[in-house]
Amino acid sequence: MVRKSHIQTTINDEAVEFLCEPRQSLLEVLRDELHLTGAKEGCNNGNCGACSVILDGRLVNSCLVLGVETEGKSVETIEGLAEPDKLHPIQDAFLENAALQCGICTPGFIMSAKALLDNNPNPTEHEIRYWLAGNLCRCTGYDKIVRAVLDAAAAT
Amino acid sequence: MQAYEYIDAKTVSETVALLDEKGDKARLLAGGTDIIVQAREGRRTLDWMIDIKSIPEVNELAYDSDTGLTLGAAVPCYQIYAADAICETYPGLVDATKIIGGTAIQGRAAVGGNLCNASPAADCIPPLIVLNATCIIAGPNGEREISVEDFCTGPGQTVLAKGEMLVSIKIPAPQKNSSSYYLRFIPRNEMDIAVVGAGASVVLDDAKQRIVSARIALGAVAPTPLFAEEASALLAGKEISDAVIDEAAQAAQVIARPISDMRGTAEQRTHLVGVLTRRALNGALQRVRDAA
Repeated sequence: MVRKSHIQTTINDEAVEFLCEPRQSLLEVLRDELHLTGAKEGCNNGNCGACSVILDGRLVNSCLVLGVETEGKSVETIEGLAEPDKLHPIQDAFLENAALQCGICTPGFIMSAKALLDNNPNPTEHEIRYWLAGNLCRCTGYDKIVRAVLDAAAAT
Repeated sequence: MQAYEYIDAKTVSETVALLDEKGDKARLLAGGTDIIVQAREGRRTLDWMIDIKSIPEVNELAYDSDTGLTLGAAVPCYQIYAADAICETYPGLVDATKIIGGTAIQGRAAVGGNLCNASPAADCIPPLIVLNATCIIAGPNGEREISVEDFCTGPGQTVLAKGEMLVSIKIPAPQKNSSSYYLRFIPRNEMDIAVVGAGASVVLDDAKQRIVSARIALGAVAPTPLFAEEASALLAGKEISDAVIDEAAQAAQVIARPISDMRGTAEQRTHLVGVLTRRALNGALQRVRDAA
């Protein structure tokens, strides 16, 4: 039995401490230890993007980060986006454009879109499609998602 | 799911000592996009995951127009294409870092990791070969340096001996009138593994009419990425022409030893070596012509 590590990190601007085994991914820590179940497990190998979160300002697949690697770092997840009485503009744009059907991929797409707009507030459709290439959606055919991100960029 | 210990190593010497003591049961963690999945899926068995990202040398990214580029083994892809000096100087390497995985992978995956993972289809390796890159390796007996084309010995296998680690990659300063290019064939636009990859670098004379020297490298057509030595050599001193480029492409096809698998047949891959070698050479030539 491997000893658990005590990790201190920041998640959605709040100081958080947790215990985890070294083998546990950030995704497992978020979901199983911290009960932040917004990030989803799809492929668990870096292909689908459903677990996308932002780590120290950089988009990552949380299934490809170890929980122990987040010591002293800052993590942003889908749970940190909305204010108590107001959705984030990207969330609004996803609703307005019906950019989700089953919804499993949506938290990942929204975090990926947030990382894009944080980095490039006025992306072209081409830039959006390439940036989101690591996020898979099997329902929408992507067009509505791309339109939602274009609308969110225009709205902010 | 196998359990392992995590060590946040702070120095090269500490890491070398750990690797020397623990052997194959210790693996290094940089971007984690390969090793975390391999450990999770039981494709690599390990007892120790040694995170090297706190070691200063493996994070170094320094370009000097006289001495060239020092690229620490853990520097992620996005830092390469975010650096204007690298985009201008080593565009073939930038081509590869922009197409490895998607945005989230490029935020973590390191060029050094791509090299150490030693996939025959690794996108970074052909451009490193054509750029004359070398590997700085630290080990129990000190440091050694070897060419990138000699680093991989088979799928997932490298020259790294017990106790050794890749510290950095060195790329010489580019010569005058030179450039590089990398491309791959995949059946979709992004997020895929190369069916075949080809890199080329060229050095032209001042009139940009004659090839002074060239290097061609291929991915996914042999157990390791290949330096196409004969194809490269026959371009030296030649006037640029379609015929000469065709000749090099045919020579590159001769050394390809592809397999047939889910990504493509050996026949298709051999055909692609010709097509992609021509495109890589023409891409590098065009970049030299476009430069001021």
